[in-house]
Amino acid sequence: MVKTESRRPGRRSISSSPAGAVTGRLRRRRPPSSSPRPPGLTARQRAAIWVRRHRLAPYLLLIPATAVIAWLILWPAAQIGLFSFQDYGLMQIIGAQPTQWIGLGNYSQILHDPEFWLSLRITVLFSLVVVPLTLTVGTLVGLLLSRLGRKMATFVSTSALLAWGTPAVSASVIFAWLTDPDGGIVDWSLSKLPSWLGGGPHWAEFSWQNSALPAYTVLTALLVWMGFPFIAVTVLAGLRTRPPELHEAARIDGAGPWRSFWTITFPLLRPVFMVLLMLSIIWDFGVFTQAFVITAAPGNRDEFNLGLYEYFKAFTQPPAYGMASAIAFILTLILLIITVGYVRASVKQGEVR
Amino acid sequence: MTTAPAPLAARRARRPGTAGKRARRALLNLAGLLVALVTLFPVLWMISTAFKPPTELFSLTPHPIPLHPTLDNFRHVIDGTGVTDSSNNPIPYWTFLRNSLFVTIVAVAVSSLLALLAAIALARFKFRFRTTYLIMLLIVQMLPQQALVIALYIDFRSLNLLDSLTGLIAVYTAFALPVTIWMLRSFAASVPKELEEAAAIDGAGAWTVFWRILFPLVTPGLVATSVFAFIFAYNEFVFALTFLGVDTPRFTLPLFVQFFQGHSTSGTDWGAIMAASTLFTIPVLAFFLIIQRRLASGLVAGAVKG
Repeated sequence: MVKTESRRPGRRSISSSPAGAVTGRLRRRRPPSSSPRPPGLTARQRAAIWVRRHRLAPYLLLIPATAVIAWLILWPAAQIGLFSFQDYGLMQIIGAQPTQWIGLGNYSQILHDPEFWLSLRITVLFSLVVVPLTLTVGTLVGLLLSRLGRKMATFVSTSALLAWGTPAVSASVIFAWLTDPDGGIVDWSLSKLPSWLGGGPHWAEFSWQNSALPAYTVLTALLVWMGFPFIAVTVLAGLRTRPPELHEAARIDGAGPWRSFWTITFPLLRPVFMVLLMLSIIWDFGVFTQAFVITAAPGNRDEFNLGLYEYFKAFTQPPAYGMASAIAFILTLILLIITVGYVRASVKQGEVR
Repeated sequence: MTTAPAPLAARRARRPGTAGKRARRALLNLAGLLVALVTLFPVLWMISTAFKPPTELFSLTPHPIPLHPTLDNFRHVIDGTGVTDSSNNPIPYWTFLRNSLFVTIVAVAVSSLLALLAAIALARFKFRFRTTYLIMLLIVQMLPQQALVIALYIDFRSLNLLDSLTGLIAVYTAFALPVTIWMLRSFAASVPKELEEAAAIDGAGAWTVFWRILFPLVTPGLVATSVFAFIFAYNEFVFALTFLGVDTPRFTLPLFVQFFQGHSTSGTDWGAIMAASTLFTIPVLAFFLIIQRRLASGLVAGAVKG
């Protein structure tokens, strides 16, 4: 009953369809001149014909989404570029003083700020550690999943799914709790470990948040934990498309697992790995939420990565939006350079069709 | 690259002898079990901590399962004694849940609708700037949110959209769009064109073709992309943190969870944080488990095959 009712509007609209929106592709094979214009058309029908004749349907369909993206993503990105050449702070945002163009003033101030170089170094070193680690762990788990029996594979991939699905804020507070000096399980386990494994009583009440290296060790564990499931599932999907005969042949020829990975699996999955590599670099270079919860809540300035450095320049008193925009612009440019690599890898893989 | 032949023992182990095969299988299963346990541990520890009384949180020997499980932490979080508004009234958990669900559902609905229109344009039409548009989508996804938030903060301040859920809805809609369009496009492209052509030959108009043929076939894709948009908006932290500031009654769930950590006065109440985090996380994880299979195929379709 309900079904037939809901169908009716669709059927009725056969005659009064506003545009050749969806079937425009089909209709336009007819040369435009051959579609006669009978007199007595309604305005809507005339508009539909006009849209079809000028092949406007795709543009009309794209307008709403594009408008939103342009207003809330592209324009702000351009504004960041503009603000970075201005003196824009508290006085300007409350309208007490007009904004002033100061050329490269913000940039020269940043480049002379040791905090900027420290945060850049932290960001780069952190990415250099986390990206290969996440890719390696993810690939190993993906390879493991492809060899496990059905039940075990489901169990492992389900637990990976749970790690992947855990919200960034939750995961960060969980890791902050695991490594808490009072009552955290990590310090407890390390203090119980035998000394030849690096354990010992000096780990009791060890503070992971007070200096950069321990804090970023926690952040590394956190990002690998959150990041490897995506890599594993993607690698597994890639492995499934690989012809098994190649491995049979390699095994008969006496190739071990290490060799058959580097000579068969890796070359076959190289495009997938390229995309995963780029994505991981972009994610880990720009990591913010996890870094904010793990390192910034205590507020140690010498633990900031580039994103935190920029954010705190803008949103702690006194706000320096212009200078923060300059840092944001540098961060965005670095990420865009990596993104160009990502786009090229995607195009090569045939994703942009 | 190693050119030496594989060691003899390894070669023997791989021979289809039953003993070697069984040992190998056991070893693999052990590795799988280990990976699963390490992966699950943080989530399980969160849940177990949420049920622990304060005495057990800081005991000298932590127990994986609470000895005296208690609901005090949850009661504390749900009654809202942890987070107060400007006149020091407690704010119950339900307020934050309502804020989060409202923002998320509206943003997902709007972005799915806009993305569906755009995806049809990209999948069904050939037009001049199509490739440029696709590349624009890829690039836009990668712009760092903590950079754009500065400009958006300044814009929204003059539009009076700070301290309001409307501003968050607008931003979440925009930032969900690129991925949603990208994924929906591949779903729409996988619907055979012949179906639409057949319907058109039978006299169906554009609207009928869309509503009766394309839409039902794209629905699984729409579900998958909505899930991604939902997860993004429900978990989002940077914009909420910046726009809402100290406006506690408008907090979304991620801010609520983090608030305990950042603003506690008398030491960190980890029991309450873990209880809040559990209330925030478990619905997401349950949702993931329910739609697991569909999600995996959607993920792969969006991420690898394009």
